[in-house]
Amino acid sequence: MVVTGKGGVGKTTVAAALGLLAARRGKRTVVCEVAEQERLAALFGVGDVGHEERELAPGLHAVSVQPNRAKEEWLHHQLKSATLAGVLGGSRMFQYLTAAAPGLSELVTIGKVWDLAQLERRTSGSVFDLAIVDAPSTGHGLAMLRAPGTYANVARVGPISRQAGIIDSFLHDSASTGVLVVALPEEMPVSETIDFERRLADEVGMQVEQVVVNAVYPQRFGVEEAERLRSLDGRASPSARAALRAALAEHERARGQRSHLRRLRRRVKAPVATLPYVFEPELGRDEVELLASELERRL
Amino acid sequence: MIADWLERKEVCICAGSGGVGKTTTSAAIALGMAARGKKVAVVTIDPARRLASSLGLAELGNEERQVAVNVDGELWAMMLDAKRTFDELIEWHAPDERTRDAVLGNRIYQELSNAVAGSQEYMAMEKLHELHQEGRYDLLVLDTPPTRNALDFLDAPRRLSEFIDSRTLQVFTAPGRVGLKVIGRGTGVAFSVMKRATGIDLLEDLGEFFRSFGDMTEGIRERAGRVNALLADSRTAFVLVTSPRRDALEEAAYFHHRLMEAGLPFAGVVANRVHQAGGPTDAAELADLLGDPLARKVIRTYKEERRLAERDRENLAELRGRLGRKPMIEVPHLHDDIHDLDGLRQMDAYLFGERAQTGAE
Repeated sequence: MVVTGKGGVGKTTVAAALGLLAARRGKRTVVCEVAEQERLAALFGVGDVGHEERELAPGLHAVSVQPNRAKEEWLHHQLKSATLAGVLGGSRMFQYLTAAAPGLSELVTIGKVWDLAQLERRTSGSVFDLAIVDAPSTGHGLAMLRAPGTYANVARVGPISRQAGIIDSFLHDSASTGVLVVALPEEMPVSETIDFERRLADEVGMQVEQVVVNAVYPQRFGVEEAERLRSLDGRASPSARAALRAALAEHERARGQRSHLRRLRRRVKAPVATLPYVFEPELGRDEVELLASELERRL
Repeated sequence: MIADWLERKEVCICAGSGGVGKTTTSAAIALGMAARGKKVAVVTIDPARRLASSLGLAELGNEERQVAVNVDGELWAMMLDAKRTFDELIEWHAPDERTRDAVLGNRIYQELSNAVAGSQEYMAMEKLHELHQEGRYDLLVLDTPPTRNALDFLDAPRRLSEFIDSRTLQVFTAPGRVGLKVIGRGTGVAFSVMKRATGIDLLEDLGEFFRSFGDMTEGIRERAGRVNALLADSRTAFVLVTSPRRDALEEAAYFHHRLMEAGLPFAGVVANRVHQAGGPTDAAELADLLGDPLARKVIRTYKEERRLAERDRENLAELRGRLGRKPMIEVPHLHDDIHDLDGLRQMDAYLFGERAQTGAE
């Protein structure tokens, strides 16, 4: 399961909540962070996760994929020899070449995620039923999903082409891979989600399976109630007025969100689920558990 | 306020993690400076559609367009097309048509230029440099690409010149197999292992790409050096954009650290979406005014707002401490996200105007 979305919309939180939900349902699950992120660790209040799988909760593991380590693992497997892999990995020329080769780090990253999802893994570690990848934001996420197909084409023959082809087919098989887009009920994230769905279909040939709109305000006040709050503004003391204005501001925000949500629902083909705004200063394990329960009700 | 930060500056680079309002802030700064008599160009990447169309950017390629807005100065805007900029760079530096066509037609190049792995970041810098060289504007405002690691773009020019210096390129650019002999045995072994790991076709494509690229290395390296110099110039200002959320602040602090390390000119922080709330409210009065059920809802809403305001205040105070009391402007959580000229003007009051709340300097 690939989780993507515009920067700052809460991809990691939603990926973690999905992971908890899957683990609750008895699936052996691993959530993969990419690009050397370590946000899951902070969310679950544990130390850095690193490139090896680490258990966050019963049945839920996490891993932070490091492109360099993934590249070494791939070489090792490819050459079937640690010595040769060492020779190559240690070569500065190779380092430069792979650092410069466009899309290679995306390829080995998605390759590692692919490996985690296999019942017979190439790298050592546990076996998982489900790998959830906390993917880069939409533009870079698209590049990551495109990388295997590109390499399968560019390399034409040889091991890279074969490998990339296998991963590409895995990604394109909707029975094995799903793409979930996280959005906020705001102008830019909604536009980007609509755009992403179209580009994913046009450029990569994949479909978005689910859209999750994060941090939706509750609709607390009816139109008449809001009207009453507004009319009392002049009669209230300053301290009461502060509360009235805060309530009205939130009412306006909630209304704005609803209209963005409507636009999203009209414009995307994938089903749209919502998650409530969590009024907690910082999110932790408890809040992720709560969001997992919300997802359970809505998906 | 922002106008002080940008006095005598010619380049303003807005940086920060995704989702903190970077594009909006860049546009508001540009509009504000244009309103104060400057000729300003804002270079942006993939802004929200309504913001784009309100700036007249809907169908833009790689040319800047003047925004129809009534200000003392001029506001110009462009939406960067990274691929087009890269192509232009190649066209500019290619010694002859054959080289140019060889590079532009190479499949590796086509992938490279298609917005993967740092090329977008580099191209943003490249365009900035080009516009600065031309000297048609008083101020250039750059909205950096929305990379997760907001620092990629700082490394981009250095990475490119390092790569050009590297032996990789020399291996591929040396004519035929002679190159392999010259560079010694260790690399020769690595090369043959590499063939086994990748398949020969890919290597040949890469080789061809690097060989044709080789003729242009001098020019491009020199250019990368000049881009680096522009970033460090005293006429440049980096503005860090953040929100008061912890993850955004972490990135802002890290970014600030990197700017200092690299000796780049940091101007200040703009903190967007700051929750603001007053003191405790009078529950009894609200109950009198509104009746019980509605009063309870209002009080609950206000309590939540105050908690978030409290968090924001603490988080921003912590950031101030970590940055060593650098200038900071707070923009409140406005009622809707901003995506048109009116919204930008609303932000102006906080960024420039009498409502600007600047932190201790």
